[in-house]
Amino acid sequence: MKKKEEQINNVLKKPVGIIYRWLGDRIFLSAAVILGLSIIFLSLSMAWVLYGEGSLSFGEFGFWGFLRGTTWDPGIQLIFGALPFIFGTIVTSVAALLIAFFPAMAIGIFIAEYAPRWLGNIIENLVHLIAAIPSVVIGIWGIFVFAPWMREKVYLPVFNWAAEHYPSLLPVLGNPMGYGMASAIIILALMIIPYTTALTRDAIRQVPKEQREAAWALGATRWEVIRMAVIPYARGGILAGAILSFGRAIGETMAVAMLIGNKNNFPFSIMGPAATMPSVIINEFREAVGSLHLSSLMAIGFVLFVISLIVNLLAAYITRKLSISGGQVA
Amino acid sequence: METMLKNKKIQVTGLSKENEVVNITNRENGAYPVRMETRNLNVKYGKVSAVKNISLPVYNERVTALIGPSGCGKTTFLRALNRMHDLTRNASVTGEVLLDGNNIYNPKVNPVTIRRKIGMVFQKPTPFPTMSIFNNVVAGLKLVGIRNKALLNEVCEKALTQAALFDEVKDRLNSPGGSLSGGQQQRLSIARALAIEPEVLLMDEPTSSLDPQSSSKIEDLIHELKKNYAIVIVTHNLQQAGRVSDYTGFFFLGELIEFGETEKMYTNPAHKRTEEYLTGKFG
Ligand SMILES: Nc1ncnc2c1ncn2[C@@H]1O[C@H](COP(=O)(O)OP(=O)(O)O)[C@@H](O)[C@H]1O
Ligand SMILES: [Mg+2]
Repeated sequence: MKKKEEQINNVLKKPVGIIYRWLGDRIFLSAAVILGLSIIFLSLSMAWVLYGEGSLSFGEFGFWGFLRGTTWDPGIQLIFGALPFIFGTIVTSVAALLIAFFPAMAIGIFIAEYAPRWLGNIIENLVHLIAAIPSVVIGIWGIFVFAPWMREKVYLPVFNWAAEHYPSLLPVLGNPMGYGMASAIIILALMIIPYTTALTRDAIRQVPKEQREAAWALGATRWEVIRMAVIPYARGGILAGAILSFGRAIGETMAVAMLIGNKNNFPFSIMGPAATMPSVIINEFREAVGSLHLSSLMAIGFVLFVISLIVNLLAAYITRKLSISGGQVA
Repeated sequence: METMLKNKKIQVTGLSKENEVVNITNRENGAYPVRMETRNLNVKYGKVSAVKNISLPVYNERVTALIGPSGCGKTTFLRALNRMHDLTRNASVTGEVLLDGNNIYNPKVNPVTIRRKIGMVFQKPTPFPTMSIFNNVVAGLKLVGIRNKALLNEVCEKALTQAALFDEVKDRLNSPGGSLSGGQQQRLSIARALAIEPEVLLMDEPTSSLDPQSSSKIEDLIHELKKNYAIVIVTHNLQQAGRVSDYTGFFFLGELIEFGETEKMYTNPAHKRTEEYLTGKFG
């Protein structure tokens, strides 16, 4: 007994190399700090460059004037206002999220709670597969398959029906050519379902089993357990997932640009062509001749950057605010 | 009904012959009917046996304590009594668990109704953290469709009072369950289990996260509750088992070494291992 104590004491007294005691921590700390700072620096300098390049446009129209301007005419008047694209981005993303959220949540709940493991794995892999398809491929499928099908089966019938019964609706509905806001929204919804699903599933998997068991022990059925114990506990994660998916929808460029019809005339209609911030940038960059036009595109890039940043910060804030640690509400 | 329960008791007495490890001491005082009973109950996690061939009666209006060193299968046994193992993927239960003579593992029995009759309090407090204190307490009632506000209020107050929590939370019944301290959360969990007025109450080390004061309140509560319920309590606190229970089962390595009246077992254990455990030689 005595001997053992002595041994332990010896081990404790043994000098530890200075490199472990002192340098080790500092090296790790400084590496982490440098990396962290450089990421912040990189983002800030990106924003700074975008703002600098866009300053010509901001100077010409004023910052708020540029954001509120409804005319985008690079051909004749050389007037640039970003509102149509901000509007297009927000409307397509919000609508896509509204369409995607409940199905995605249902799939996430099904995978995490109901499906036997093999079936859950299959569905999960399928969902991942959708996420892995390059958006240009989805765009091509949209152009050649989805949009023509929607035109024949949905847009034209709706348009004809409205023409007969409610002609006043026609301007709101817009041109049923197949390439337009509605098609872009549906494709966007499809593209964000995997993200919302995966994040919902993760949030649900993190619910401690004690919470579930507490509900079971009260005589809850499977669905009641989910409603009573699982979803409330996971709500922060689920909501943050939805907002992150929304962020992806905002930035999604290729598939949207290929399907939305790319028309800058404001206001937009439901089925008719429209544009978003990413789509106008990618469509007009190569052809932008005037420096004011180029500067305006950069300015849109700056606005897009800021909106994305806000959305991500919001998601982080909500996760923090609604998260539950150790049974304690934060 | 009476005769049926009496019959049950005869079967229990018969059991001790089948399973010789069980040593049921003192059966003369048979005033209390058997409410629940396990017969040759086995629980396995995968291929590992955690509860081995246990037959044990749970008397109505009595407290049965399960004691034994940690890892000996007390929790596993307790969870078999309200079919909580249904939810563990790798757990399998064989043998019978009778509630008023009916096997709750009969395929025709709905485990949901079983769990409403057999309430459970877990070792860790498990309030629903986002739900208000009030809604936590009446959660089980709402599950069965009770919406009458006056009734819910009444039940809530009664259950919280029983769980010795009412005075501390009566002014903030609408704050979330997660805003309470650990000890309060455990008493909230107890109140929630009591609110549905189960027939049998299972408690798995309910006071292990409580301070001595709350613990003694819970012990008083158990004394009070046993007038109406059959209670099974797992505890590794031998003094507590001695104070609250009428019957004690000593578990060791998944087996029931000895079962009998607490007083007898504590003063005159029939088995050497029980004596060693009670006198603190191991465990
Ligand atoms: N979910 C599980 N899966 C596998 N083994 C388990 C599981 N739960 C408990 N066990 C094992 O079963 C044995 C009994 O555990 P338990 O019933 O919790 O003991 P006690 O409550 O008496 O401390 C232990 O060896 C433990 O490791
Ligand atoms: Mg235990």
